[in-house]
Amino acid sequence: MVRTRYAPDRGLQARMGLTMFVLGLVFVAFVTALVFVLLATKAVSSGGIIFFAVLLGAGLTFGSLFWSDKVALRTSGAREVTPAEAPQLHGIVDRLCALANMPKPRVAIARTSMPNAFATGRNSKNAVLVVTTGLMDRLDDKELEGVLSHELSHVAHKDVVVMTIASFVGILAGLLVRFAFYGELFGGGGRGRGGGNNNNGGALPILLIVMAVGIVTYAISFLLIRLLSRYRELAADRAGAMLTGQPSALASALTKVSGAMARIPTKDLRDAQPLNAFYFAPALRADTTSLATIFSTHPSLERRLQQLSEISAQLGKQ
Amino acid sequence: MGFLDTLLGRTKPVQPNLDALFELPTAAVTLQAAMGLAPTGTGSVCFRPAEGRAFADIESDVRALLAMGADAAPVDVTSDSYGWTWLVSHHTSEDVEGLVTDLHAVNTSLVEGGFGPQLLCTLVGFADDRGRKVGIVYLYKQGTFYPFAPLPGERRDNALELEVRGQVGADLKVEPDLSRWFPVWGAPGL
Repeated sequence: MVRTRYAPDRGLQARMGLTMFVLGLVFVAFVTALVFVLLATKAVSSGGIIFFAVLLGAGLTFGSLFWSDKVALRTSGAREVTPAEAPQLHGIVDRLCALANMPKPRVAIARTSMPNAFATGRNSKNAVLVVTTGLMDRLDDKELEGVLSHELSHVAHKDVVVMTIASFVGILAGLLVRFAFYGELFGGGGRGRGGGNNNNGGALPILLIVMAVGIVTYAISFLLIRLLSRYRELAADRAGAMLTGQPSALASALTKVSGAMARIPTKDLRDAQPLNAFYFAPALRADTTSLATIFSTHPSLERRLQQLSEISAQLGKQ
Repeated sequence: MGFLDTLLGRTKPVQPNLDALFELPTAAVTLQAAMGLAPTGTGSVCFRPAEGRAFADIESDVRALLAMGADAAPVDVTSDSYGWTWLVSHHTSEDVEGLVTDLHAVNTSLVEGGFGPQLLCTLVGFADDRGRKVGIVYLYKQGTFYPFAPLPGERRDNALELEVRGQVGADLKVEPDLSRWFPVWGAPGL
């Protein structure tokens, strides 16, 4: 009888599905509220602002999706390496890809002492796997393989696409708040050009309402996206550990990297923050208070280690 | 991966395709006739050992299984620099079928133990009297073969590899994506 030792975590999948569903609801509620406000106040001129926000938001989302690999490579200062330049790294990636039956992504190295790795690119064809020299110095081959299997799982799960689309709601709400704010600023100061506009008197409260709706949407979607990101990390940990069959090597890499992360000077950390969502371990100080946890892109170290030890037990079962 | 798999962030472990391995003996005859490359009689299975007791037990069972029988071929177990295990079986040059049967036994043991996804590749060595060496590598997950011809100093004899591809193309399903022809430096049996 052929058993499977690679049982999926249905609970995690259900929570992830629910989070995305709620995020979708927030989006629908956001759009409905906007349409309602506009129709109720007959403020069609404010519709222009919303239209621009949607257009710009969609453009930004699409752009970050399309150029994510190039942007990430540039901001992290990583350089693509050939098999001749980094034989060991390529060797590990080759084998993991053959084991997982996926096309091999490009491999790049970033020269920084911060130990980290990330994967980017909208699909597996454009994917780039970036590791830092700090990571390669600190980890042995088995641990490095664990980290790479985690990143390859991000590629396989198309996490860049999923997270970018999920952030669309937040981006849109954020833009709208900003536009409405400027609209109010300049509109309130006196509309020289649109002197005869009969909406002039009503424009100010409408923009205030739009701003309020935007702020609430932004706050809720921000928390949901962070929650989703933590679930995706757990899913990548699980898939990576199952791919190599070595959850403990990944756990050991996590412990090493997290310990090293906390000792990094804060200036480096602030520079690195925009890339956080795609990193292997977040470049933040290890704060385990509950408030820090709900804002975090990654699950706590304890949570990740706990899942890995469960997988280890599952694999070792006779 | 389907849409739902992407949405829920799940990966189904890829099960290996075992049966295509039995196409190797035919290809061995072709290679010998067309290019003078004869089987060295050595073949190996490469897999990623999983941690824990269950995998260790299966691994020792496999070794015991291969060591049994009247005409048992000697079996080595080596670990390469990436931490992957190679089970190497030595047969005579003519006995490609026996070799393939042994390799198949390793595969089925792992699959039956629930560790099929840990299988990476199988390699069967070929050499001619001019000192050229080629390994035919079987990718379990893709179900395809590709040639790997190492030269001293971690270089590959791509011309020889492509020549072999042309010859065995009719007998074996050769991996069409050249980027998946990854090098297995230091593989035992080459």
